[in-house]
Amino acid sequence: MFARPGLPTFDYVRPDTAGDAVGLLQEYGEAARLLMGGTDLFPGLRDGVFHPKVVVDVKDLPGMDDILFDRQTGLTVGAAVTMNALTSHPDVQVHYPLLAEAAGTVASYQIRNRATLGGNLCNASPCADTSPATLVLEAEFTLCGPDPSTGSGRVGLRSVPAGEFFVGPGQTVLRPGELMTAIRFPPPPPDAAGRYLKLGRCKSGDLALVGVAILGYPDGTLSGYEHRIGLGSVGPTPLRAVEAEDILASKLPGEDAFVLAAEKAMGAASPISDVRGSASYQKAMVRALTLRGLRDVWSKMKEGK
Amino acid sequence: MTTHAITLTVNGAKERLDVPSNLTLLQMLRDKLALTGTKNGCEAGECGACTVLLDGEPVNSCMMLAVEADGREVITVEGLAPDGGLSPLQEAFMAHNAVQCGFCTPGMLISATALLERNPEPTEGEIKEALVGNLCRCTGYVRIVDAVQAAASEGGA
Repeated sequence: MFARPGLPTFDYVRPDTAGDAVGLLQEYGEAARLLMGGTDLFPGLRDGVFHPKVVVDVKDLPGMDDILFDRQTGLTVGAAVTMNALTSHPDVQVHYPLLAEAAGTVASYQIRNRATLGGNLCNASPCADTSPATLVLEAEFTLCGPDPSTGSGRVGLRSVPAGEFFVGPGQTVLRPGELMTAIRFPPPPPDAAGRYLKLGRCKSGDLALVGVAILGYPDGTLSGYEHRIGLGSVGPTPLRAVEAEDILASKLPGEDAFVLAAEKAMGAASPISDVRGSASYQKAMVRALTLRGLRDVWSKMKEGK
Repeated sequence: MTTHAITLTVNGAKERLDVPSNLTLLQMLRDKLALTGTKNGCEAGECGACTVLLDGEPVNSCMMLAVEADGREVITVEGLAPDGGLSPLQEAFMAHNAVQCGFCTPGMLISATALLERNPEPTEGEIKEALVGNLCRCTGYVRIVDAVQAAASEGGA
């Protein structure tokens, strides 16, 4: 038998509809935990962080594993789409390569076969690899929950911009009884180029010490270009480096502007020292990765891809 | 706690089992089906000793419930080769001394088998990337990477 005890006891439930799932969340409150890929749930169960009476498996709800692309409306990703499904999808690779790149840096290949986009976002770890990408791609999250206007048994949807979703480490604007069902990405700006650069303690497989997502595209700004820069792992929530973005909107693309913007991005970061790296190192690496990312994005834009 | 009647295919054989809600796929394989090739390591998705193929794709069997495998196809290290034989990849692990204590080996074999299935000619970097979720604490990785490359050059897993 096992040297260590197994999982704590709970009932496993697989509701057929989002309404049933919301009903279970309302009925059990804090005693219910959602299950999709389980890659954060299982360690939490074993470490005694969660003590659910019910584990509600929502990954097979209708639409939860859809990946749908439309040139007019953009990309809709079901919340339970796995990282590997995302990285290997042709529409994601062609139209949202930044998202594919970010999802491809999560943990290991076998974890990416289970870990889901919605789970990565709702777990709201500051170092989640996909959240900076959702910020710069200006994603909207579809949340499904109790609909107070129609009374019991009915559910309503609301849409929350990525930039308003994260509140703190492990904290989001999700209300009791609510779950994320989809992530919607608007059509990418024409001729956009993007990159996600991640620094861990090793080249692959680690959590991010610093994650930098950059999207650049031609636009009617003073410089002729707009850039969006998202930072992960260097604050209580993922964040946009707004001052750095402003510099790139006004100064012509090139080494001078990139160095200045990277400096501003470093200023936007407020990491804490932990076992994986000191705050000062993480800040310096924000500058280095932002500079590297801006050069990469610029050369991609010049190549016309 | 509720139990669930599930049906799944394990190494080609149809299995019907009653599993409690909180039983992991790993516990089911080891304790209910006596398939002890798959190992219980870190229980946190880091070490990969519990890696099995689920519908052909590697997953950590300590990180999913047995009930989630209802209707699916699971292959463990015991299912990589016909009775009494070894797969070419297993032969390559032996030829290159890619095994020391052997605890990580089942997971390594599963991950590498899946890699060669999706990418028959991986580079050294691609092999390392594919095996990053499989930790070895004694053999060292050089011989394991050599074995996977040798199996690839001799026609696959």
